[in-house]
Amino acid sequence: MGKVIVVTSGKGGVGKTTSTAALGAALAQRNERVVVVDFDVGLRNLDLVMGAERRVVYDLINVIQGEAKLSQALIRDKRLETLFLLPASQTRDKDNLTPEGVERVITELKRVFDWVICDSPAGIESGATLAMRHADMAVVVTNPEVSSVRDSDRIIGLLDSKTMKAERGERMEKHLLLTRYDANRAERGDMLKVEDVLEILSIPLIGIIPESMDVLRASNIGAPVTLADARSAPAMAYFDAARRLAGEVLPITIPGEKRGIFGKIFARRAA
Amino acid sequence: MTIFNLFRKQRSAPTARERLQVLLAHERSSNGSDLVSLLREEILAVIAKHVQVDSDKVQVKMDRDENVTILEIDVEIPLGAVSQAA
Repeated sequence: MGKVIVVTSGKGGVGKTTSTAALGAALAQRNERVVVVDFDVGLRNLDLVMGAERRVVYDLINVIQGEAKLSQALIRDKRLETLFLLPASQTRDKDNLTPEGVERVITELKRVFDWVICDSPAGIESGATLAMRHADMAVVVTNPEVSSVRDSDRIIGLLDSKTMKAERGERMEKHLLLTRYDANRAERGDMLKVEDVLEILSIPLIGIIPESMDVLRASNIGAPVTLADARSAPAMAYFDAARRLAGEVLPITIPGEKRGIFGKIFARRAA
Repeated sequence: MTIFNLFRKQRSAPTARERLQVLLAHERSSNGSDLVSLLREEILAVIAKHVQVDSDKVQVKMDRDENVTILEIDVEIPLGAVSQAA
């Protein structure tokens, strides 16, 4: 039976879709069977970030409404054999996303895949609560910035009350993924530090993704960050996060910290 | 640390951290129910029961710090505004 992960944040634009694609690809690069599911009905983007936007025929709503079989709607990644995408509908109303339908699809996916990664829409409405409903664990994507931290706190509250796990009285496993982190700005006191965010949200850290040009470059070409350039700093951070998701214990490193004099000179030039 | 720091802008991250800690302490304890707005409405309803109040003459202010919330309700009661006897 596969594990269901929800990638969520409350706030939009913090990197949920980027992280879903990167973590999904990173796990698939370990030869695990992965499906990434887009729950953002009406504003789908996971297909675009994965580079599969021209191959979408059926979507999650079609499957829920019985207009397509799950196997027809799943899109296999062109680069990774074990990575699949279940896109969201771009045209249908999000009310078509029914709790019963979602449950049926997730149950079926769990039987086939090792990992079912649900990309939540922003906000706290039905799309977001349905995306987290059947999760075994949650990845809370947060930027080191006040509005993102506040919204993450709200989402953590929902994870602890509105999910199946919570309703059964079980503990929802939650992990913080800190994205767009700039160690130099944090060091100068211009950005919340890792330990500030950890202290405020008090959930364990699964990774720190540095602010990087490589993320935009990857989405420009339609490849998950870990596939676009596996040696880039954000890709390596996502690989580590994926290994921790899979249960490995790795020391957390803060990307970009303790740069030598050459690094500093280089950073000045780049800036 | 150095004299140059005197000329630098004040660091903003500690402020962000403090503001978040105060805000979230309140949001977590409120637990979805908005006690402050409930109190505000009920208090004003009680006053309105006895006094004809002009809604423009009511000022409600709130201030929160780490430990307490202060709800300040300022009602201007004009002379002779007492309607029914209490």
